[in-house]
Amino acid sequence: MSLTSTSAVDPAVRFEPALMRRKLSGTVFYGLCVMAVGILLLALVMLLADVLVRGLPWLDWDFMTGGPSRRPANAGILPALVGSLMVGIIVGVVTFPVGIAAAIYLNEYASDSWVNRVLQTNISNLAGVPSIIYGILGLAVFVRLMELGSTILSAGLTLTLLILPVVIIASIEALRAVPNAQREGAYALGATRWQMVRGSVLPAASPGIMTGIILAMARAIGEAAPLILIGAFAFVTFLPNPFTGSYTVLPIQIYDWARRPQDDFAGIAAAAIIVILVLMLVLNALALILRARLSRHIQW
Amino acid sequence: MTSVPVPLTRRRPRSERVIETLLFLSAALGVLTTAGIVLVLVFQTLEFFQVVSPVEFFTGTRWSAGIRPYAWGVLPLVSGTILVATIAMIVAVPVGLLAAVLLSDYASPRVRATVKPLLETIAGIPTIVLGFFAVNFLAPQVLIPILGKQNIGTFSALSGGIIVGLLVTPLIASISDDAMRAVPRGMREGAYAMGATKFEVIRKVVFPAAISGIMASIILAASRAIGETMIVSLAVGDKPQLTFDPTESVQTMTAFIAQIAIGETAQGSVQFKALFAVAATLLVFTLVLNLLSGWVVRRFRTEY
Amino acid sequence: MNTQLSEAPARDPSTDGGGPAIRLAGMARDHAAPETLGEPEYVVELKDVSCYYGAFRAVRNVDIKVARNSITALIGPSGCGKSTLLRTINRMNDLVPSYRSEGSILLDGQDLSSKSVDPVAVRRRVGMVFQKPNPFPKTVWENVAFGPKINGYKGDLHELVETSLRRAALWDDVKDKLQQSGMALSGGQQQRLCIARTIAVNPEVILMDEPCSALDPRSTLQIEELMAELKKEYTIVIVTHNMQQAARASDTTVFMTMGEDRAGFVVETAPTVDIFTNPKNQLTEDYVSGRFG
Ligand SMILES: Nc1ncnc2c1ncn2[C@@H]1O[C@H](COP(=O)(O)OP(=O)(O)O)[C@@H](O)[C@H]1O
Ligand SMILES: [Mg+2]
Repeated sequence: MSLTSTSAVDPAVRFEPALMRRKLSGTVFYGLCVMAVGILLLALVMLLADVLVRGLPWLDWDFMTGGPSRRPANAGILPALVGSLMVGIIVGVVTFPVGIAAAIYLNEYASDSWVNRVLQTNISNLAGVPSIIYGILGLAVFVRLMELGSTILSAGLTLTLLILPVVIIASIEALRAVPNAQREGAYALGATRWQMVRGSVLPAASPGIMTGIILAMARAIGEAAPLILIGAFAFVTFLPNPFTGSYTVLPIQIYDWARRPQDDFAGIAAAAIIVILVLMLVLNALALILRARLSRHIQW
Repeated sequence: MTSVPVPLTRRRPRSERVIETLLFLSAALGVLTTAGIVLVLVFQTLEFFQVVSPVEFFTGTRWSAGIRPYAWGVLPLVSGTILVATIAMIVAVPVGLLAAVLLSDYASPRVRATVKPLLETIAGIPTIVLGFFAVNFLAPQVLIPILGKQNIGTFSALSGGIIVGLLVTPLIASISDDAMRAVPRGMREGAYAMGATKFEVIRKVVFPAAISGIMASIILAASRAIGETMIVSLAVGDKPQLTFDPTESVQTMTAFIAQIAIGETAQGSVQFKALFAVAATLLVFTLVLNLLSGWVVRRFRTEY
Repeated sequence: MNTQLSEAPARDPSTDGGGPAIRLAGMARDHAAPETLGEPEYVVELKDVSCYYGAFRAVRNVDIKVARNSITALIGPSGCGKSTLLRTINRMNDLVPSYRSEGSILLDGQDLSSKSVDPVAVRRRVGMVFQKPNPFPKTVWENVAFGPKINGYKGDLHELVETSLRRAALWDDVKDKLQQSGMALSGGQQQRLCIARTIAVNPEVILMDEPCSALDPRSTLQIEELMAELKKEYTIVIVTHNMQQAARASDTTVFMTMGEDRAGFVVETAPTVDIFTNPKNQLTEDYVSGRFG
């Protein structure tokens, strides 16, 4: 039987797959993909190497325990470090209940009314507002209106507003991942909605939620822009009081030093960068450990 | 043992309603935040417009807040912002998308599990650190040697733009990777079954199918680039000028806000009021981009 | 057992036939299949094929011959390796990292399981229709034109799209919606679109992996009619869960099952009539009479 019985034209001449050429462009493309990732990783490595080479010589006990100084050799970061930690704690303490509560409302309680849709849309839009604008809000509301002054408390509350949308979105994600069977199981035992949430859904979602909150704290600690407006740009030689008096934080301290032209200031800026990166690393590790511990008993 | 029958029409206990109200208030805090931002910016901007005419502000091509004669044309700040963001996107879009393809379609699960967190680490670095990297490494050790001392200085839109690009690249890579991985395997197999090469499957099936997520990631990255403050205020300089030359020092809207806030500017001064007007302009830019990304997701979404 | 249930759709006379179109990469032309007179000409021959996922052997020592212009049904209990075997024929399983196969698979006498053969070239000649309809998120027209475009089709693309849709008995349904998304069609239409898309690149063999399992009975019947029509020009291998379908639609039936080690193997290959009325093997009889599986 002829293979081309129904055709006047030999199909072999009608397809020109040019496989070699197509494969070649695929290989080139793959090369480009590898290059792209290579560039990114290289940038990361260069950044770390540059910071370590500059900063390590300056990183000693005096640097960790000293205050700022006009002379790089005498400068230290203790007030800034303590300021950052205090800000981070305030953010964590306020975000924890408010963020979880908002996420629970939006995912477990809210019906599909327009009010709730507005709430939801509003939160995702807030996540896209530039951080410096939160600084302006904090300046107007916390510093001036509520008369909290340019304090660590104002800074912490401002950063809380900044990261809340992120935390809420991450927590909603974690709540969504809890299978419905968990909820029905609790309801079947006669639980009210809140009992169901507290007893069943929240524990199941806690690894994701806690990870989200810790990562958000890390982000708050690394954030500088809004605090410029909350007066973090101070020359503080003493350990700050969170509720009164001036303060500074690590990223602002770094900014201050990095702006100066002298090489030695670049050196101590790099040393402070090492400290803040280690802080980030610790928080990330903490998030990982907590996630692992909390999810030990969860499996579906 | 006798059991007491539970009334089946029991009212919802008060505590339940109190809890629900508290939860609702937490969720509504976001609306308060939004309202706060809008009110503050609108009022202060209106005050600014009593001193400076909106026409001058929106159409003026000179901005000078520090040196007399003062000039309040916002266009140089807008052009500076757009220039930096454009450079950032020129870096971030190709690199981010190529990285996303590598993660979604080429990398083994093990490679992916290592590389993706590493890339996301870049996005997690405090931006002040990235700004430091731009001023102390990229400009003096890469850009100046390549382009020459007479062509580019320590502070330039290029240096800041590249680093802002580095910052937002992981965002594009990560979201686009998720979007491409959400394209069902069956769709890829359908293309393979017709004799498509891997590159063709990616380019002609996976990429178009994931386009809504990819475009949303790009818009989000652009919005992030426009709002970025610390990198630009360190690396780009503080010279507001209407130029699209990437080797020039410019000033962005965010860098201006930071400059005024750091300086010893009196809070009632024109300069300080100008800060709010610029912030309002910035917010409008990012808001438009955010709305656009939402629209893109809805308009181009593929239901599998 | 011819179960043609209705008149076939009108065929465009200008259509081209289902011949071998390109040679596999790295293969000389003079390796072409010998024409054997008398006994049927076999397009696909599996010789002692075993398939592995990592250390797990999913299929062992399979020998199957597929005659040209016939429909061969693969039946057997779930998990016995039918899909694995099918996806080995067009090298689809090369995409599974842990996968490897042994033995040889001849297409027109050429071994296409060898490493030197490009799977991309194989798939152009051995098309596949999947269990779940998987149209691309593109227009109906683009769905069909996709394969010809990437394979450098030199003729009139519009004509080819129309021809392919006609052959897949879909033209009348979609001729006014060529610019609509392929994913907006009904399930049965989507599956016929996938068939149209497959025949647009003019393969010799079409593999179908439970193509009707996601469809309603009416669409299923339409696909079966279509298969009967398509076999005039193509050779079809179909995996089916539905024994009535195998009985209605196929010429030859291969019954597979799996052993203690969960490796699938072929129990019996015979003309479909014999498998269902007069099976030689007790396992086959148990299966087709519903006592097992
Ligand atoms: N990608 C894969 N990786 C590992 N094992 C697989 C994979 N696909 C199928 N298998 C295993 O191979 C065996 C045969 O599967 P399959 O070919 O899908 O059977 P059938 O199509 O007959 O139901 C099953 O035991 C299945 O678990
Ligand atoms: Mg199967």
